[in-house]
Amino acid sequence: MKNDGNPRIKTSTKHLHAQEYVQKTPTGTEGLDEITRGGIPTGRNTLVCGGAGSGKTLFAMKYLLCGAIEYGEPGLCISFEENAEELTQNMASLGFNLAELEKKKMLAIDHVQIARHEFEETGEYDLSGLFVRIEHGIRSIGAKRLVLDTIEVLFTGLPNEAIVRSELRRLFRWLKEQGVTTMITAETGPGGTLTRHGLEEYVADCVILLDHRVSEQVSTRRLRVVKYRGSPHGTNEFPFLLDESGLSVVPITSVGLTHQASTERVSSGIPGLDRMLGGKGFFRSSSILISGTAGTGKSSFAAHFANAAAERGERCLYFAFEESPSQILRNMRSVGLDLERWMDRGLLRIEASRPTSTGLEGHLARMHRDVSAFKPAIVVIDPITNLVSVGDSPAVKSMLTRLIDFLKLHNITAMFTNLTVKGMVEETSVGISSLMDTWILLREMDILVRDISASAPERQRAIHLLKSRGMAHSRKMEPFEITDNGIHMLLLDGRESRMPQATESRWARKKAR
Amino acid sequence: MKKAKSSSTTSARSRSSQDGSARGPAKRSTKPKTMEWELRLYVAGNTPNSIAAFSNLQQICEKHMGGRYRIEIIDLFDNPQLARGDQIVAVPTLVRRLPTPIKKIIGDLSNTERVLVGLDLKPARSLAARR
Repeated sequence: MKNDGNPRIKTSTKHLHAQEYVQKTPTGTEGLDEITRGGIPTGRNTLVCGGAGSGKTLFAMKYLLCGAIEYGEPGLCISFEENAEELTQNMASLGFNLAELEKKKMLAIDHVQIARHEFEETGEYDLSGLFVRIEHGIRSIGAKRLVLDTIEVLFTGLPNEAIVRSELRRLFRWLKEQGVTTMITAETGPGGTLTRHGLEEYVADCVILLDHRVSEQVSTRRLRVVKYRGSPHGTNEFPFLLDESGLSVVPITSVGLTHQASTERVSSGIPGLDRMLGGKGFFRSSSILISGTAGTGKSSFAAHFANAAAERGERCLYFAFEESPSQILRNMRSVGLDLERWMDRGLLRIEASRPTSTGLEGHLARMHRDVSAFKPAIVVIDPITNLVSVGDSPAVKSMLTRLIDFLKLHNITAMFTNLTVKGMVEETSVGISSLMDTWILLREMDILVRDISASAPERQRAIHLLKSRGMAHSRKMEPFEITDNGIHMLLLDGRESRMPQATESRWARKKAR
Repeated sequence: MKKAKSSSTTSARSRSSQDGSARGPAKRSTKPKTMEWELRLYVAGNTPNSIAAFSNLQQICEKHMGGRYRIEIIDLFDNPQLARGDQIVAVPTLVRRLPTPIKKIIGDLSNTERVLVGLDLKPARSLAARR
């Protein structure tokens, strides 16, 4: 079976056999269709459960809108909680015009209102009224997709639970005969049960769980496909993001080590550093870590790298966790780098945010989305250290692994900076160095200057390549300085340095010892 | 399903006063002199529940409302679009449209006591006392 038409599900060919059995309907939630290898089962019922505020309604509406806008499949929303006006307003904030779609007969909303205090109950009844409304709605627009949000309201609205149960069972069976793909939302129950009223017993073809957890005051949203009859699916928890563009899932754990290793080289933007790296620079799609204590010039190295990329005409996405974009531009101008022109030409984008603004998963999801949208050749994360402050080490490492896998798969070269504590530079890199292909250490050391009259004693910065996979690289500590014209390697750039003598003599003395 | 009838809310109502002779619990109404009670019974097809609800309702009306009522039967299979207006989910549902406020009673109306309470013909506490 070939699946060239859908780029989302070409990651694994092994599982394509399974898709022959269950036809799938894309949900429009980026990433979910990848996890489920195509979407939710066509013509069947899918249960979406989650706590209050976990994004169930939005998730369901996105599914309808995706069908209406991208696939030309009309959708019907039977809303038990929000009325059409409220839904229209809520979705307008995400840039969707429901009224327009309703006019085009691509969408219909029926608000079903049940309030227990409004009626008296006397004897036998059934829910054919609801059936009739659903059927009428489906017929009126030729709906292919149906959302029932949140049908559990029936349990609180109607006094006789036994009738509601047997009628729901009948409803879900009946829905399968209507030729619509249904998404039913439900609230998770106490004690970890999937739904408060056990709906998962009737709607069993596909169950998706949305989770919203708060840990150390930082909230993280996660999604898990609990069950999918007749189809393999990703079983992990995947972070997802709810923002102005809707909802997106990051299926990064499904990537794995399958990327192609590139032999192409990219310049670091600093000739001297390129020389240390076998004369050619970094490998494309490799990951680079720059560690160093405060003030050693990590950001300047990153900026040179970004600048060089832009000069080659490649796009660069710069994630800043410490400084605002304008601060970065100002600081880099002071070392002779004009990054603003690249921003104006759309080659550079700086995304600044506080590390604590969201959880690690949230950052991951955001970066995933931005990278997918901007399609950069180079990504800079400056610094990665601050992310450590929102998660524990294993979490940071797992997030980085997923991020690096994702970037490599898309042939993106990534540079991370990392602030280290003086004296234990190599220890403080949170065990992330094993994920990195190239590890650069920036140090500062006290230099004794012989000729005091020429210059006051100062600290000398030096760069050291701890490792660089797959290439012969320099093992030397190379002194450098940051000038008005950028970073210069004192010994490698072939220019007259202010104090090569002092530096050299220090190395000489050290060697002699 | 019964024969299709395309009609809007108003035409369904106006027609209901004429074709009383039709079938089982079909559209039927008693001609009012002073209309005090305006009732609507929503059903879905000719089910035992629908038939029971209609006959129970007729008895209650005769006994407690004299001739001052009008019953309108709406079969949702014929007029599915009418379910939305009165927010019908369960059938049978009896809706008291007049006098206001609107009241709803779901079920086959077999519990006369409760129907009377639901229609405000009996104070609710008479029921509460029994419970």
